[in-house]
Amino acid sequence: MTGLLDQIIQASLLGGLYAIFALGLAISVGVLKFINVAHGDLIVAMSFLMLTLTESLGLPAPIAFALLIPIGAGMGWLLQYGLFQRAASQNELQIILITFGLSVILQNGLLGIYGADTRKVTAGGIELASLHLFGNINIGVLPLIIFATACVLIAGLEQLLYRTGLGVKIRAIADAPEAARLVGLKVAGLMAIAMALVGITEAVSGGLMSIWTNFDPSSGSSRLLIAFEVVVLAGLGSFWGVLVGGIIIALAQTFGGMVDSAYQVLAGHIVFLILFLARPQGLFPKT
Amino acid sequence: MTSGLVLFGRIALALGLIGLCAAPVLFSPAMLVLLTQALTMLTLAMLWNLVAGYGNVMVIGQHAFVGIGAYAFYGFAMLAGWHMAVALSAAMAVTLVCGIAVYAMLYRLRTAYLAVGSWVVAETLMLIASRLPGFGGGSGASLPTSLLRSLGVRAPERLSTIYILVLGMAVLAFGLIWALMRSRIGLGLAALRDSEEGAAVAGVNTRLVRAASFILAAPMVGLVGVLITLQKGRISHVASFSMLDWTIYVLFIVVIGGLGSLEGPIIGTLVFFLLREVLQDYGTLYLITLGAISIVVVLFAPKGLWGLARRKLGCDLIPLTHDPKTGDLR
Repeated sequence: MTGLLDQIIQASLLGGLYAIFALGLAISVGVLKFINVAHGDLIVAMSFLMLTLTESLGLPAPIAFALLIPIGAGMGWLLQYGLFQRAASQNELQIILITFGLSVILQNGLLGIYGADTRKVTAGGIELASLHLFGNINIGVLPLIIFATACVLIAGLEQLLYRTGLGVKIRAIADAPEAARLVGLKVAGLMAIAMALVGITEAVSGGLMSIWTNFDPSSGSSRLLIAFEVVVLAGLGSFWGVLVGGIIIALAQTFGGMVDSAYQVLAGHIVFLILFLARPQGLFPKT
Repeated sequence: MTSGLVLFGRIALALGLIGLCAAPVLFSPAMLVLLTQALTMLTLAMLWNLVAGYGNVMVIGQHAFVGIGAYAFYGFAMLAGWHMAVALSAAMAVTLVCGIAVYAMLYRLRTAYLAVGSWVVAETLMLIASRLPGFGGGSGASLPTSLLRSLGVRAPERLSTIYILVLGMAVLAFGLIWALMRSRIGLGLAALRDSEEGAAVAGVNTRLVRAASFILAAPMVGLVGVLITLQKGRISHVASFSMLDWTIYVLFIVVIGGLGSLEGPIIGTLVFFLLREVLQDYGTLYLITLGAISIVVVLFAPKGLWGLARRKLGCDLIPLTHDPKTGDLR
């Protein structure tokens, strides 16, 4: 029985990582109204950057991680301003095609630079540390930190979007871009800021993922699909729903993996498809 | 009224078709293999263009139907032991049913969601295919030589039989799309391509034409899957459901050639194979170049290379629309 409880706890903590994957996508779907197909590849690119910072430059993991965040923000801002904004006058289809091209470029760029090997970042023992709860249940310190980070990010984004002036402006361009333009909001600039926020979540997910799990240049696709499933399950505009969605997918994968390791990923997809058919608007839609 | 350039273009197309028909006697086996691949990609590109370019249904999970076609064909021909022609038709019927089911599941989703949603479905089906008993599991299964021999006793004969089948498939796909585009549904699709709101206001049943483009394409993509299986002589979940081969390359072909036109996929296929011959030794650089070209094309020439050429020519090479005054094809 404790074995099952242990699995549920581990899966819930993994759900925290999935929620961070999905947060950036939730912002881009909600505010910018497009799905960035390269989202997963940008996360993996951040993981590889973490690898370079810690292994080649020899920086300690926390400092490398702190460096990633402004880099991620700048990258998001640049992508929106330099690339996506230029396609904004065209239809949604074209922006997807651009992010698709970007995804292929990133995957193959990483493959060219780092090779196809599976990598992992070592962070000086923190990934091995664990806390004893009760009975024979232990939880890792790193998964706990990641779960806490997910909660902090979600709470922070809720505060930012619903309590600050910047948040009001960003929500205004999300709800009615034309009206926002009429009242004098700088839509392009605000969208670039929103994408910088997405970049920060990508940096955080990439940095944390690099310490917790293995990754290789082609891991981006599976990360994108997880993020997408979580966002759709959560429903539009719900950040705490993203955490629940993340936990659901992680639980499905864990139980699938208990039946047969080959069913791990498949179980996540199937549970997503069933829940999606039952509630296409998501579990906690705000609108 | 057609200018000299248009006439030249049409003659080039006609000569190309004649060349393709005579290919088994004209060219070496290696060239025939290349042409078989090119026609396979062209067919997939035409079908994806029908769904995404005309129907505005942005799917990036088309490889699912290639895989379904391949696995269904293997199941009917090998496990049930049906005659190849029956198995082929049955495989197309299976992909048609799957197309309806997938569309019923996803049609509610708007553009961006549908794109990734179709990818999730494809990924799910691929993983299921890798676990199906009787289909070789994760390592796949080969078609037995007895089956391949019915296509030709010796390898060169088999090559030309498969080539003729693939050419027939490409011509069939082109003919079907051309006929569809000339029908009322096609008129609705062309309106949908130009402006979704405009089409709806003008009385086009956008839901119906969108569904038609998706569901009609599915069995044809399944047929491509069957012929890919015959070319490779085997099925495997990795190769039969390959996203790179049957969706990513196809997307690049259509985007570079020209989304929403009959000529676009043809031009795109030519450019794609030309680039492949030049760059394939550079590995990752080849795909990076393709990605970069497609981004530049989407940004600066959203209608692709054919869109640029059409501005110069002023009319289509493949006549599709009627002159509003005279009613003639142009």
